[in-house]
Amino acid sequence: MAKLNVNGAVVELDVATETPLLWALRDQAGLTGTKYGCGIAACGACTVHIDGQAIRSCITPVSALDESQKIVTIEGLSPDGNHPVQVAWRELDVPQCGFCQSGMIMAAAALLAQTPRPTDEDINVAMSNICRCGTYNRVRAGIHKAAAGGITG
Amino acid sequence: MAPLDNVAPSRRLLLKGAAAGAVLFGFHLPPRQALGQAAPSAQVPASPAAQVPEINAWVVIHPDDRVVLRMARSEMGQGTRTGLAQMIAEELHCDWSKISTEYVTPGQSLARNRAWGAFLTAGSQGIRNSQDYVRKGGAAARIMLVEAAAARWGVPAAECSAKDSVITHGPTGRTLRYGEVAADAAKLTPPAEVPLKDPSDWTVINTSKPRLDTAAKTTGSLIYGSDLKMPGMLVAVPRRCPVFGGTVRSVDRASAASMPGVRHVLQVGDGAVAVVADTFWQAKTALDALKVEWEVGENGKVSSATIDATLTEGLDAAEAFIGNQNGDARAAIGAAPRKLEAVYSYPFLNHAPMEPMNATVVWTAERCDVWCPTQNGEAALAATAQAAGLPQQQCDIHRVDLGGGFGRRTTHDWLIDAVLIAKQIPGVPIKTMWTREEDMVQGRYHPVTKAKMTAGLDANGEITGLHMRISGQSILSFVFPNALQAGRDPVVFQGLNAGGAEGQIGYSFPNLLIDHAMRNTHVPPHFWRGVNHNQNAIYLECFLDEVAHATGQDPLALRRKLMANHPKHLGVLNAVAERIGWGGPLPEGVQGRGIAQQMGFGSYVAAAADVSVSDQGVLRIHRIVAATDCGYAVNPQQIEMQVEGSFVYGLSALLYGECTVKDGAIEQTNFDTYNMLRMDEMPKVETIVMPSGGFWGGVGEPTIMVAAPAVLNAIFAATGKRIRTVPLKDQDLRRA
Ligand code: FES
Ligand code: FES
Repeated sequence: MAKLNVNGAVVELDVATETPLLWALRDQAGLTGTKYGCGIAACGACTVHIDGQAIRSCITPVSALDESQKIVTIEGLSPDGNHPVQVAWRELDVPQCGFCQSGMIMAAAALLAQTPRPTDEDINVAMSNICRCGTYNRVRAGIHKAAAGGITG
Repeated sequence: MAPLDNVAPSRRLLLKGAAAGAVLFGFHLPPRQALGQAAPSAQVPASPAAQVPEINAWVVIHPDDRVVLRMARSEMGQGTRTGLAQMIAEELHCDWSKISTEYVTPGQSLARNRAWGAFLTAGSQGIRNSQDYVRKGGAAARIMLVEAAAARWGVPAAECSAKDSVITHGPTGRTLRYGEVAADAAKLTPPAEVPLKDPSDWTVINTSKPRLDTAAKTTGSLIYGSDLKMPGMLVAVPRRCPVFGGTVRSVDRASAASMPGVRHVLQVGDGAVAVVADTFWQAKTALDALKVEWEVGENGKVSSATIDATLTEGLDAAEAFIGNQNGDARAAIGAAPRKLEAVYSYPFLNHAPMEPMNATVVWTAERCDVWCPTQNGEAALAATAQAAGLPQQQCDIHRVDLGGGFGRRTTHDWLIDAVLIAKQIPGVPIKTMWTREEDMVQGRYHPVTKAKMTAGLDANGEITGLHMRISGQSILSFVFPNALQAGRDPVVFQGLNAGGAEGQIGYSFPNLLIDHAMRNTHVPPHFWRGVNHNQNAIYLECFLDEVAHATGQDPLALRRKLMANHPKHLGVLNAVAERIGWGGPLPEGVQGRGIAQQMGFGSYVAAAADVSVSDQGVLRIHRIVAATDCGYAVNPQQIEMQVEGSFVYGLSALLYGECTVKDGAIEQTNFDTYNMLRMDEMPKVETIVMPSGGFWGGVGEPTIMVAAPAVLNAIFAATGKRIRTVPLKDQDLRRA
């Protein structure tokens, strides 16, 4: 059993405590927007926010978390899907297959929350997610676009 | 919180429509196209759009004017859904904002004499090989809608026209909406003659329409195969013998059977095992604990070194299949005063789509239904039927969008195993999911090859003869042995052919011999985005660069001399040369510039690259210019995205991609040892889309083939080091 604060609500999940947060979210909480790409913190597909920080949920056991920590997933990033990053992503048609994009968007949103006007170098450092389809240049443009529009989320 | 379901099997355990799904779980609203189609049943319905009659196989129009376009090809990120919708809409004259799409199932197609043509989504042919019949589908539907309106008014159809889903009677100005006449139109006989617009009249094709499927990919709401959930569903995680062809010697089921959540420990065929549990994590944890012994046989002795030795032997073997030949290259080289020779090699690569292999299967003695991401619905159906032990008519494939494909999802080894697992647990939905580790070691790999390039040079440094000996794997001999031509694999020669619309060599040599010593291994090869172009372009384009430098010629000038009879190849090459400023001074920080061209998948592409290499040997790619002549450009923005993505895929392979073999198994087990290009290494890419008209070329793959050779040639220009073995991670790039 784990008690977690997910997207603003405290939920009790029937899960062994060593289970990675990724699988608790996907299989118990039904939040499948967060993806499994590697399971070893190498790709970023599983990125969620914990207290505003982007973390890789595939290597974070639920035992490391309690209900005081606010977990935000792609489903909870904004109430209506209109976080500036999501808006910019749609305007630039960033995604290809889309499978890495929840992680990309969560990493980008965390970056912008901390660094509202990131340089290309800031982006390089913060965005180590893998995209096999190769959307990097549009991801970069999307972050700059969201930054220019001002972050409200 | 109870697990939520996002697919609700009906009584028959079959997929219900998206509307039913929405009511049932209200948590995710799966987009219609993500979950495929409504209510397939034992009798395959004529129309997936249920109650609304179709105008024809491609077009359904609802009374409220919503337009549903049917798709046989799969969407895996390459934009085919949007491109095909543009092709149909161009002729349908419908309101673009009213369009949505849905997948048809291969079962429906089978029941209707393949009404939707091929499902195969590979070889960059999703659009080019269906452009004719999908446009005709749109045009025929428009003609019927106009006829229905004309009949209602009692006027000649010739007096009516259609635009943005509205039909207007010219003389009186009366109008009817498509939705108002769709039911009548559906009853009409399809027109015998379906003329298509002249390309100069296009208004939807050749525009950068935004993709139809972007929004759901920004909110996490698009349901991929690995996200599927059904009532009572269990999750299977399989492991196949890591040595290809190996079998299970023994399984100690007790080692996993009592672990939390575990329901079944199964053997799958003779070469794999699987743990079936309530959740993925439980199944994976138990699988990790499961004790399995494998019988690996002779293949357990194979290593990268033994494979390399086999390929090296092939470089000088007496016998080889000829791919392209004119004159007498051997004699010309033998008689030449000067000879240049170089050996190149190209490794195994894993496709590594972001989403590991998965399929959800419900098997009963009467029926087998599959929900999965596949690049070929029809092949998936055939594979399912065979594994299920049922006729194809009692099976179907309900497609979901792919989390990447790149060729891996054109073959269905993973699906066959998923069916064999579900067959052991009748009536229960089983989602089989691979771990990344399984995906890495059970791939279908880019073929491994080497090439010996030999040129005869005359006193002026002109090429008198060229011999390109390829040694290595044949994809066809593994995948479609029936397609071999008296043992010869024609696909080996992609981009090197004397003629044809698919992949012609762009140069004329006075004497030429390109041949292939087939040397297969137990590691299964497969079509990998770009396929054999990837190495063929490196071999030819880098070696021509070597000839240019060895003879004191400018690499561009040398190519131009050889390309007089290949104007389209030359067109894209000239375009990138001009844009990057070939021959001019290098920008600040840039140390070398390289260029390459190739024709493949029906399109002509070229690239130029600016690079620098630090004293520590660190490569930086400053700028890429790429040109594509794909004949007709359906969606220029999508083409740009495919070109950018092709560089990521091609440069990832160049920089990091390599699967090595030890004791018969692939050594790289995850992204820590199989790395990829990331954001910080991604160069600027400038794309020149220059469709010259008159043919339909693909865009998903062609650019990959020039990514590596352009950069390798630039590295030589920067460092004087000629890299003939990739990936670069294993190479010392420091200046000699
Ligand atoms: S799945 Fe967590 S980093 Fe790849
Ligand atoms: S969009 Fe496909 S992996 Fe990034």
